[in-house]
Amino acid sequence: MQTKAQSRYYIWRKAKNEIFRGLFLLSIIVSLASLAILLYGIVNAGWSSLSWNFLNSFPSRFAQLAGIKSALFGTLAFISITAPLAFVIGVCTAVYLEEYAAKNWFTKLLQINISNLAGIPSIVYGMLGLVLFVRGLDLGRSVLAGALTMTLLVLPVIIVASQEAIRAVPQAFRHGSYALGGTVTQTAFRIVIPTAMPGILTGTILAISRAIGETAPLIMIGALTYVAFIPTSPFSGFTVLPIQIFNWVSRPQPEFQDIAAAGIIVLLAILLLLNAVAIGLRNKFRKKLQ
Amino acid sequence: MKILSGHHRLKEILVSKALLACALISIITTVSIVVILCKEAWSFFQIVSVREFLTNPLWTPLFEPQNWGIRPLIYGTLTVTLGAIIFALPLGLGSAIYLSEYASPTTRNIVKPILEVLAGVPTVVYGYFALIFITPLLQMFIPNLGVFNALSASIAVGIMITPMISSLSEEALLAVPNAMREGALALGSTKLETTFRVIIPYALSGIVASVVLAISRALGETMIVTIAAGATPKLTLNPLESVQTMTAYIVQVSMGDAPYGGIEHLSIFTVGITLFMFTVMMNLIAVAITDRFKIGE
Repeated sequence: MQTKAQSRYYIWRKAKNEIFRGLFLLSIIVSLASLAILLYGIVNAGWSSLSWNFLNSFPSRFAQLAGIKSALFGTLAFISITAPLAFVIGVCTAVYLEEYAAKNWFTKLLQINISNLAGIPSIVYGMLGLVLFVRGLDLGRSVLAGALTMTLLVLPVIIVASQEAIRAVPQAFRHGSYALGGTVTQTAFRIVIPTAMPGILTGTILAISRAIGETAPLIMIGALTYVAFIPTSPFSGFTVLPIQIFNWVSRPQPEFQDIAAAGIIVLLAILLLLNAVAIGLRNKFRKKLQ
Repeated sequence: MKILSGHHRLKEILVSKALLACALISIITTVSIVVILCKEAWSFFQIVSVREFLTNPLWTPLFEPQNWGIRPLIYGTLTVTLGAIIFALPLGLGSAIYLSEYASPTTRNIVKPILEVLAGVPTVVYGYFALIFITPLLQMFIPNLGVFNALSASIAVGIMITPMISSLSEEALLAVPNAMREGALALGSTKLETTFRVIIPYALSGIVASVVLAISRALGETMIVTIAAGATPKLTLNPLESVQTMTAYIVQVSMGDAPYGGIEHLSIFTVGITLFMFTVMMNLIAVAITDRFKIGE
């Protein structure tokens, strides 16, 4: 028989469990609610400014006339250099680390170095780009200087994601290739990389969407805040969507805050689209390996 | 490899060297960052003494007389980071525990991708959110709060790092063997007791590593604090004041027209190396903790 005190204690333990369950659930609800409020607030503020003219106009002193044409093309221009470059270097590094490198102190150093690079604040990459590319290689405040800086910034993300994808390729695939007389290189390029490709692409797309949203390093290398032209060569000056948004947010007039919100809607739409593609690829990858 | 014929062997060697060259780019990046920051900071310290940099309580580089004491910027950074962690730690940990211990698989599959979206929102958007939504909301409760204040930026940074803590901690919690859970439950523990007395102690190093990484992220966060925390370096830890962080100072100078090579320009590299040291320390602590975790498995 339980005493009264024991059963009261039992009830209290059960109650505590339920209370904390509620608190844990509450913390998720707060996170989700802040996302909902953020999205609602931005759509609410920016929706009315969103129009074809907004997409197809250059920035202006007058909020009603201003648009994001130069920012959109600037983002497109630097991504079209950064994406292939970061992809190739990132995948090659990952293949080297997973398929070729001996297990020694040097490989360990490379690995620690990469995880450390992933944790360096983006603004520090901006300083690196400023000294190395803008001044050192004398590229000026150009699309190319921005693209190279961003390549270094997203490389660790692509490398880590590619390594994970390569590691997920079953060992039997490699053994099969070796058994048929394949070399390390043939195995890596004809078996491992193709199998890991969806995973690698998912990581690359997520890294690219990070690059599209980055502001600070491009401010550092001097991407301009007022650009009324489309970049025509890798050596043109340029601006990007987040910098244009930052420029509008920092103005005191409320009408500029509203077009900043409209710019954010466009930026988030691009990023959501990329994320959806990445998630789709990831699901395909999982099914294929099962 | 010996059995390979001549040109196959050559090809193997060439490809592996080419791949190694790609891998070396990451080493070169790190070395360049360290060399560049040190070199420019060295030039800075030719003009300003290390003593002044560390002890002067004022940071007034943009007007006469110039003062070069780093502490106000460090205090600003710490105020925002501390506020962000106070906000994000309970939320992130609570979410992680709910998702790994209480939630049904369906709930988890719906909630996790949404939290990932939260992690992918660009920081300039959080900056806008802090300035346009969080600050006015706070002003309803704290009437004489200025437009630019550390608190609003802290909350936005906190929202930004919450998904990082929740997803990394959840991974650590899920890595705890089910036998541990079942053992505790079989002895009559409630889920809460199991979580706090068995699961969390077991996953502690993973959880701590996630928090350390989140701190590192908050220290280096730039756009939110540039937009919402203000531009007035102050030796204060009061979150209701307008402050300036190290990162925000770097942005302020590089947006202005300080001449390249001048003292103001050199100062951003000195601030940069200070920030760099803070974050590298955090990252190394996180690596050390996770390494211990792996051996423990």
